Amino acid sequence: MLPPAPDTVLEVRDLRTFFRTDGHVVKAVDGVSFTVRRGETLGLVGESGSGKSVACLSALRLLPAPPAFHPSGRILYRGHDLLAAPERELERLRGDRLAMIFQDPMTSLNPYLSVARQLTEVLEVHKAASPAAARRAAIAMLERVGIPDAGRRIDQHPHQFSGGMRQRVMIAMALLCEPEVLFADEPTTALDVTIQAQILELIAELQAALGTAVVLVTHDLGVVAGTTDRVAVMYAGRIVEEGTTAEVFANPLHPYTRGLLASLPRIDAPPRGRLDAIPGLPPDLGHLPSGCPFHPRCGLATDRCRRDRPPVAAVSPTHRAECFEAEAAR
Amino acid sequence: MTQPARPLLDVRDLAVTFPLPARGLFGRGREAVQAVAGVSFSVHRGQTLGLVGESGCGKSTTGRAVLQLLKPTAGSVAFDGLPIHEWWVRRGGRWAWDSRLHDLRRRMQMVFQDPFASLNPRMTVEAILAEPLRNFGLAAGRDRRERVQRLMETVGLDPRFIRRYPHEFSGGQRQRIGIARALALGPELLVADEPISALDVSIQAQILNLLGRLREELGLTMIFIAHDLAAVRHVSDRIAVMYLGRIVEEADARQLVAAPRHPYTQALISAVPLPDPVRERSRDRIVLAGELPSPVNPPSGCPFHTRCPLREERCIREVPPLVAIAPGHAVACHLVESPPLPASPVSRHS
Repeated sequence: MLPPAPDTVLEVRDLRTFFRTDGHVVKAVDGVSFTVRRGETLGLVGESGSGKSVACLSALRLLPAPPAFHPSGRILYRGHDLLAAPERELERLRGDRLAMIFQDPMTSLNPYLSVARQLTEVLEVHKAASPAAARRAAIAMLERVGIPDAGRRIDQHPHQFSGGMRQRVMIAMALLCEPEVLFADEPTTALDVTIQAQILELIAELQAALGTAVVLVTHDLGVVAGTTDRVAVMYAGRIVEEGTTAEVFANPLHPYTRGLLASLPRIDAPPRGRLDAIPGLPPDLGHLPSGCPFHPRCGLATDRCRRDRPPVAAVSPTHRAECFEAEAAR
Repeated sequence: MTQPARPLLDVRDLAVTFPLPARGLFGRGREAVQAVAGVSFSVHRGQTLGLVGESGCGKSTTGRAVLQLLKPTAGSVAFDGLPIHEWWVRRGGRWAWDSRLHDLRRRMQMVFQDPFASLNPRMTVEAILAEPLRNFGLAAGRDRRERVQRLMETVGLDPRFIRRYPHEFSGGQRQRIGIARALALGPELLVADEPISALDVSIQAQILNLLGRLREELGLTMIFIAHDLAAVRHVSDRIAVMYLGRIVEEADARQLVAAPRHPYTQALISAVPLPDPVRERSRDRIVLAGELPSPVNPPSGCPFHTRCPLREERCIREVPPLVAIAPGHAVACHLVESPPLPASPVSRHS
């Protein structure tokens, strides 16, 4: 692999996040590496159970341990390994240099506190801002994320906002300290498409203005196509394909990526009779199949795929996939 | 296209109003939500109508009111010519189905969004699928078990799993059980309410294919309710777009996506992200300002006027009627008869 570029803000190396649950070990993330550069958006795409959310939660060390544990891995933020850092250092970084937004804004907003209280706290803790300065900055950020009448609404409670507006409040809170890395976990999945378009545009605008690196977790290949620079496709806890967004969509290497793209009904193409569905189900992470984790659902699987882990095959300096077939076609 | 004279389903001016909990001690100024504010459509035998719209647009309520799972406040629902909206009786101070509506369950069924919430976790697949057969006295003993096994095969479930419980199945398999239960009585009309939105992408295609195959093999008539326009277009012959309790546009599925005329339909189509970075980044997107108004307090005039980029004075005052602008294409917009609106950002590329 190439050495990380100088403007790399986050580098994840060989991350493993396992969970011990009554007798089993569930391998939610099983050897994942990626980097994100300043101002860049990396899409982590996959289905439920692929490990995309767990990878982000691990990076911020937000998972309760036990049951979570990390048999291997380093998460380097500006050279500091977050996995090994003391909790106090993480508290200093979280919400300031590293921020996260979730699918459900009520996961990060406290229903009992006014929006003002929640937004100013971030600035008072991390920036030692005076109450008056924090309130001014919070109102300015609410205006920036498109909340009308922000000076009045800041004193309301989360339940007084609609779903789309709550999402904006959460984004405002995450961006108040101008973080270097923003983890966005399905930030628009619960929203209607016309509101999704507004929120994605907002994240892109703020990112461009602040130079934030964004790790966007999503299952929606349309959102990936429109908003990411690079994409990592996850399956069963592994990144099975990674490349620039243009490369992956123009020339998907992994049969799983190809399968996902082929299975989508599309409004920009004539309708087909049947969709090319991927057969079968994603594997049980407590009982992963031997060899390539995708082989039970793969139309190209051979005996070798059932036996051995496929190597990483790179077709360009930026585009690679874990697949024997992709390696042979190289 | 020639259609039989009488549609299987004919819905006229359907309205559903939900009273809100009374405010204050004496219930002064009791409010109501008009979830469905007068919708009309018909579905011919063997056809699929897609109902699409965002949350709160009334699409699910419309589906339930069509099946009489809730009593319409106004309007009519004719199923195979029968005025089924009249088949309710007052019983113990509440509205209940009369015996004719009970019997009609055999002919119309529903598939729900959440396959876990809609299956009894304490019942085996066999018990779940046998229940409707037993309720209608359709089969008993070994005969009933064979019918259950055939149903499982029809929806692509292994009949060896007949003794298993819902939690032993994946989300997609549970949705297959929900579909099998809906098919148990051999219905003619199936209303599927967001049947794939709780499922993973790779499983959604499996269920869409299953519904398509069943429609062909069994000649089902379907109402497919979803917010995902691409999925709706894939399965539907016709599509009706709903906004705040009203149909704002209805057309042939391809026509609606290729040449939408209502400004809301145009914005909705342009907001659907395309899984193609080149097209996705080069198209002009109509990003609507503002939020969906609350159905408790809908705007005057055209329900879309608060967000419409083309709003005129008249739109604030008058509700535009749904009128045919071409054969089989109806639009509810004051501005549509006049010069055509710009083409959709999607059709430009197709």
